[in-house]
Amino acid sequence: MERALPDPDTAREWLQTMTLIRRFEERAGEMYARAKIGGFLHLSIGEEATIVGSARALREDDYLISTYRSHGHALVRGTPPERVMAELFGRVGGCCGGRGGSMHMFDFDRRFMGGYGIVGGNLPIAAGIALSSDYRETEEVTLCVFGDGACNQGTFGETLNLAALWRLPVVFLVTNNQFGMGTSLKRHSAVTDLQRKGESLGVPGTRCDGMDVADTYAVVSEAVERVRSERCPMLVEAVTYRFRGHSMADPEEYRTRDEVTQWRERDPLPVFGALLEAERVVDGAARAQIDERAIARVDAAVEFADASPFPEAEALYDNVYVLDDQVRGRYH
Amino acid sequence: MAELRYREALGQALREELRRDERVILMGEDIGVFGGAFKVTAGLLEEFGERRVRDTPISENTFVGIGVGAAMTGLRPVVELMTVNFALLAFDQIVNHAAHIHYMFGGQARVPLVVRMPQGAGHQLGPTHSHCLEAMFLHVPGLLVATPSTPADAKGLLKSAIRNENPVIFIEHESLYGVRGEVPDPPPPDAAGEEHLVDFGHAAIRREGGDVTIVGVSRMALTAERAAAQLASEHGVQAEVIDPRTLRPLDLDTILASVAKTNRCVVVEEGWPHGGVGANLSALISEQAFDDLDAPVRRVSGADTPMPYSKPLEDIAYPHEPQVVAAALRTLGQTPPPDATPNGVVVNPRAVTATKPAGAD
Repeated sequence: MERALPDPDTAREWLQTMTLIRRFEERAGEMYARAKIGGFLHLSIGEEATIVGSARALREDDYLISTYRSHGHALVRGTPPERVMAELFGRVGGCCGGRGGSMHMFDFDRRFMGGYGIVGGNLPIAAGIALSSDYRETEEVTLCVFGDGACNQGTFGETLNLAALWRLPVVFLVTNNQFGMGTSLKRHSAVTDLQRKGESLGVPGTRCDGMDVADTYAVVSEAVERVRSERCPMLVEAVTYRFRGHSMADPEEYRTRDEVTQWRERDPLPVFGALLEAERVVDGAARAQIDERAIARVDAAVEFADASPFPEAEALYDNVYVLDDQVRGRYH
Repeated sequence: MAELRYREALGQALREELRRDERVILMGEDIGVFGGAFKVTAGLLEEFGERRVRDTPISENTFVGIGVGAAMTGLRPVVELMTVNFALLAFDQIVNHAAHIHYMFGGQARVPLVVRMPQGAGHQLGPTHSHCLEAMFLHVPGLLVATPSTPADAKGLLKSAIRNENPVIFIEHESLYGVRGEVPDPPPPDAAGEEHLVDFGHAAIRREGGDVTIVGVSRMALTAERAAAQLASEHGVQAEVIDPRTLRPLDLDTILASVAKTNRCVVVEEGWPHGGVGANLSALISEQAFDDLDAPVRRVSGADTPMPYSKPLEDIAYPHEPQVVAAALRTLGQTPPPDATPNGVVVNPRAVTATKPAGAD
């Protein structure tokens, strides 16, 4: 569905943020290849429109909670790229002091309530955050992002049921990127029309084109505002595609090059950039400048991360517990 | 002092904390309309309403996770799992999330969550409904673990747990709910007075003695006390009985001070021997007080089997006083009476991979 563009400043900001995420992720991939980053690295290249379109449907005091593919979610909430890159590098300057890594980004002040490494593990937590919002009688809404693979976890059914039963203000956003790791949607889910998966649990569903930032924004905004006013959860399916492997260690033998090529024709970044140019929101020079600025920002992030020290050995036990007067005895 | 049942003491703690702090909410299966499977929460729905006392569906992992999310954002949820057995369904939220969120997010978020659950065998509920899993929770950095054995501790520790900034696994015992004990009275309303709180990390010395230290965990603290009485009356042995009350933090100092005096130690637990509380304690004592020991630390534990249904088998699959008495006598080089099951640690003689636990004869 063709969506009207927002005002020019907003449209430019979307393009800027999508570009920043793209350039950040590409550079993270390079840094991983250069062994600056360890562990797993899950990139969201291809999913930028879903990330930006959905997160921009939120108010500042709304919560966003995500998965192990969460660099883009931190960035879209405003966590400085320096802090995200330093986290990937395992440095003190990282947003979690190097304790979480790629899968466990977090920025409490910006109400980005975390990346979570366990598939489906964030759904109950999202409902708990929403319960807290509800209990405190605020208007806050929680946007809970997860993948198509998570729809098969027990927490999906359990959480949707409980959220509907208790009328919790959560928008469940399933980022359907067509694969649960290397298993395609039709091979992992009996019902592939994911927006319908909440129906029997009392959670109405809707769908957006996750490759189209304006459509994602429109559909998620509608869901967010409905959830905000009616105090009941909704499910949104964003249909998208990840252009890179599940993680950096993915030979991608489960899909064809043709399929990837076809989806790449719908790459949200050039498509949205071209649309803004056609609508005269930006010209070619402005598009180039947006890209250059994103690259410069990512350069700065790498520089910051590289300069940030590794945590000291003495800090190994920091934050295992909140140590207060009431907690005594030996811990380690 | 009022004499209360363990369940009443717990209920009183919940009521007082609900009154004291608007952020406290309760969640769990059948805790509201039904009043709790063990009636701990009886009357709380009527007093505090559905907003604060929430019946949940049977979705353990999810309602524990809801507690995690609510705790991260300002509430102080007390989640009841009907029994410890169902905590296994919630291990993802307890271990991957509740325990690690403060650490993995660099200290940005706190999880002041209490997860209450009773454990224990003795009611012929078979393998899936008789677990004692304190050692599993003890294993996890980030969790605090409380195991109250008396009504006074049940109340005082629960109130402290609710006020604690860390996730607390609060392990009650099915067989203790009806047990009575003295509990300090709450201060009268509108009057300043001492509230009954029991600090975490402070063991209780239940009985003093100079011959052997017996550490009893959860219900086994009571079994240890009865065994100590028997040791005194029938064998002239003065046992010192210690109830650690919390396993994390552990008041090792009190245990080591006792061992320095008695030079002998027996650890009694209802759970399995391998990787158990006794295994852990005996390692700590050996590492830190080896020179104080005149005998190896002995363990009395549940049998290394799933819990059988049949009554005679169930009875021998978890420790009773004779096994504790026998273990204590062995540390003193005395031969125990012939009718005692050797040390309580029953190892399957046909299991090729089973290692005979230290101290099993």
